[in-house]
Amino acid sequence: MRYLTDRKRAVGKGASGTGTDHHWYMTVSAVGLAVMFPTFLIVFGRALGRDHAGVLETFASPFVAILSALVLVIGLQHFRKGAETLIEDYMRGMNRKFAIVFVITFTYFLMATGLYALARMAL
Amino acid sequence: MTDEATPVERPLSPHLQIYRPQITSISSILTRITGNGLIVGFVLGIWWLLAAAAGPEYFGFVNGIATSWFGDLVFTLSLLALWYHYLAGLRHLYWDAGHGLDIETAEMLGWACVMGSVLLTVITLFLV
Repeated sequence: MRYLTDRKRAVGKGASGTGTDHHWYMTVSAVGLAVMFPTFLIVFGRALGRDHAGVLETFASPFVAILSALVLVIGLQHFRKGAETLIEDYMRGMNRKFAIVFVITFTYFLMATGLYALARMAL
Repeated sequence: MTDEATPVERPLSPHLQIYRPQITSISSILTRITGNGLIVGFVLGIWWLLAAAAGPEYFGFVNGIATSWFGDLVFTLSLLALWYHYLAGLRHLYWDAGHGLDIETAEMLGWACVMGSVLLTVITLFLV
C-alpha cells in the first residue's frame, strides 16, 4: 500500500521529476560565475602569451589558483547542465541517453584534468 | 521515454520556420549556441594548463598552438561568446525576478546583449 497520495508525490516535481532543482542550480551558478569571471578573464588573458616560468608564477598565487579552480568546477558544472538541456530538447531514446552520459563523463574528465594541472602548479 | 513508439497523427503547431526572425528569438538561440560553444575554449584552456603543469617541453608545444592564429581565433571567439552569454544570463536573472518582460524592454535587452558583448570583448582585449 502506498501511503503518499498521487498529488503529494507530484507537487513541486513537474515533468523532470526534480522540480526546480535544475533551474535553481543554474541561477546560483550563474550568479557565482558572473562575480568571478571578469577577474578570471583578466588573469587568464594576461597569463596567456607569457613564457613557461611566467605562467607557473601566475598560477602559483593562492588567489589565482582558488579562483581558477572555482571557475573551472562551477563553469563546467553549469555547462554540463546546460548541455544536458540541449540534448533533452533535440535528441530521443538511446541516443539521448548516450549523449548525456558522454557529456557528464567528458565534463568530469575536464574538471579532473584542470584541477590536477592547477594543483600541480600551485603546490 | 515513450520514443519511437507508435507515431500518432496530431495537428502540428507552427514552428521556427514560420516566424520572421526577431531579436528576442535570435538572442535566445544565441544564448544556447554561445553557452554550449564555450566548451571549445575550455578544452583548449585546460589543455594549455595541463601542459604548463607538465613541463617546459610539452608547454612549448601546446603554447605554440594556444598562441597561434588558431588559438587566437578560438580564444577571441570564446571571449565574445562568454560576454554574450554573461549578459544574456544577467538578462535571465532580471526576467526571473519578474522585470523587463514587456516586448519593448525585452527587445531592447536583446540588442543590449549583442552590442554589449562586442563592447566588453574589445575592452577585455585591451586589458589583457
